[in-house]
Amino acid sequence: MTQFVQTSSARTLTNAVQDHYIPAEAPFSTVVKKGQILRIEDSYGQQAIDTLFYNAQDFSERYSSQDTMREQGAAYISTGTKIISSEGRVMAVMTADTCGRHDTSAGACSCESNTVRFGHYTKYLHACRDNFVLEVSKHGMSKRDVVPNINFFMNVPIEPSGEMTIVDGISAPGDYVELKAEMDLLLVISNCPQINNPCNGFDPTPVRVLVWEGEDA
Amino acid sequence: MHIRRSHDEIAANRARYEEHQRQGLNATPKALPGKSDKPAASIAEDRIIHREIIPGGWYWSTRVKANEVLRISLDQGLSTLSLIAWNAADTTERLNLPDTVKVQWTTGLAKGRVIFSDMGRVMFSIVEDSCGAHDVLVGGSTASSNAKKYAGANGPALRNTRDNFVLLATKAGLDKRDIPAALALFAPVRVDADGKFHWKPELVQQGDYVDLRADMDMIVGFSNCPHPLDPNPVYAPNPVTVTRIEASAPSADDLCRTATPEAVRGFENNAFAAL
Repeated sequence: MTQFVQTSSARTLTNAVQDHYIPAEAPFSTVVKKGQILRIEDSYGQQAIDTLFYNAQDFSERYSSQDTMREQGAAYISTGTKIISSEGRVMAVMTADTCGRHDTSAGACSCESNTVRFGHYTKYLHACRDNFVLEVSKHGMSKRDVVPNINFFMNVPIEPSGEMTIVDGISAPGDYVELKAEMDLLLVISNCPQINNPCNGFDPTPVRVLVWEGEDA
Repeated sequence: MHIRRSHDEIAANRARYEEHQRQGLNATPKALPGKSDKPAASIAEDRIIHREIIPGGWYWSTRVKANEVLRISLDQGLSTLSLIAWNAADTTERLNLPDTVKVQWTTGLAKGRVIFSDMGRVMFSIVEDSCGAHDVLVGGSTASSNAKKYAGANGPALRNTRDNFVLLATKAGLDKRDIPAALALFAPVRVDADGKFHWKPELVQQGDYVDLRADMDMIVGFSNCPHPLDPNPVYAPNPVTVTRIEASAPSADDLCRTATPEAVRGFENNAFAAL
């Protein structure tokens, strides 16, 4: 369910300290400082944005989907969700969400899992894990550092029977989430290139990342 | 300017996905044949390679070879056993639960399902399972989850799964960066329509067991600590028995290898890797 929290009028495009355009299917990373506000915008709507967080001072501390789900007592994340690290610390808090449905159970696509899921002929298609590996390699990390991620705007309902499928995203063009960083973070994104399932309407599109200084800094 | 795909391309991809989804979901009756009978079939003594009784709160790891079976049994009372695994020949390949649930269209692991690595290969087949009540989402306990749950009982000092996994990974020459998301066996966690987790104690009983067939040579790690969602306010994990059983090659019509199109393709990836 959508819990809309009005974004602050003090934050405008002109006073953002970072403003990035991420092309369809591309990887991306940046550092977000403690106290800063991060906005991830689904510019065209219905685009899954695969996201990982690392402690910028110690990459061995990273996003933990299981710790985050345990802390929520629930499988989906939205406004108020604490993003928890592998060391049990709060990395960020979700402060706004205009969409209301984000997944952290289904992980990222990979060339290898695509062969299992969709057939061996899908092996040679660009995939999120390749994006993640290329991006984290710029920071001295490797495949072993790529952990189960958050899929912002990806719609993966889990039935009480346990059944789960990826269905059409419900995000509209311009929908966004905002997170307040609780430590210096390395943000890593794979703007999902998957065209075999409806996580992005079979049509990957660009997204935007903005960062502002915190208002209580 | 971004050039979007054509309507025809999108429609063709959607039709293909819906066909995959139909095949995957239609396979459910075969993939989930029902619970295994209790008590478990007895194992001839000469087929037992090793039997380990993991005390409550403790960890253990073992190497297994392809086709060996690990029988994990609650013959001394209730407990949750968390499990992680690495390919013995290349420990960068490890358990991957998001892929496991996504490619099988379900978070419910039970007899007939398989468990995947991050490289699209099958690590385990669930060849017997008397309860089908396991947790793939929440995983094990941590020092902070214990501290919250057992506040009046010196919670932080109680053993937890995260620290157990750091210890066993380190003793295997790995480190905390290598610890994958954990499968919690005998953890009856269910998700409601809003995504909230519920603990269903009636789904697990003393005497329940799971037989996991190894489908590659692996290092397997276990932690025997109470699940963080287990509402029991007393920290009282019972010992869990793990029996490592000699290998027999699976038959051509092996249930787990043939249950779903996804399992078939996963085993094709195993066979290719073994060439």
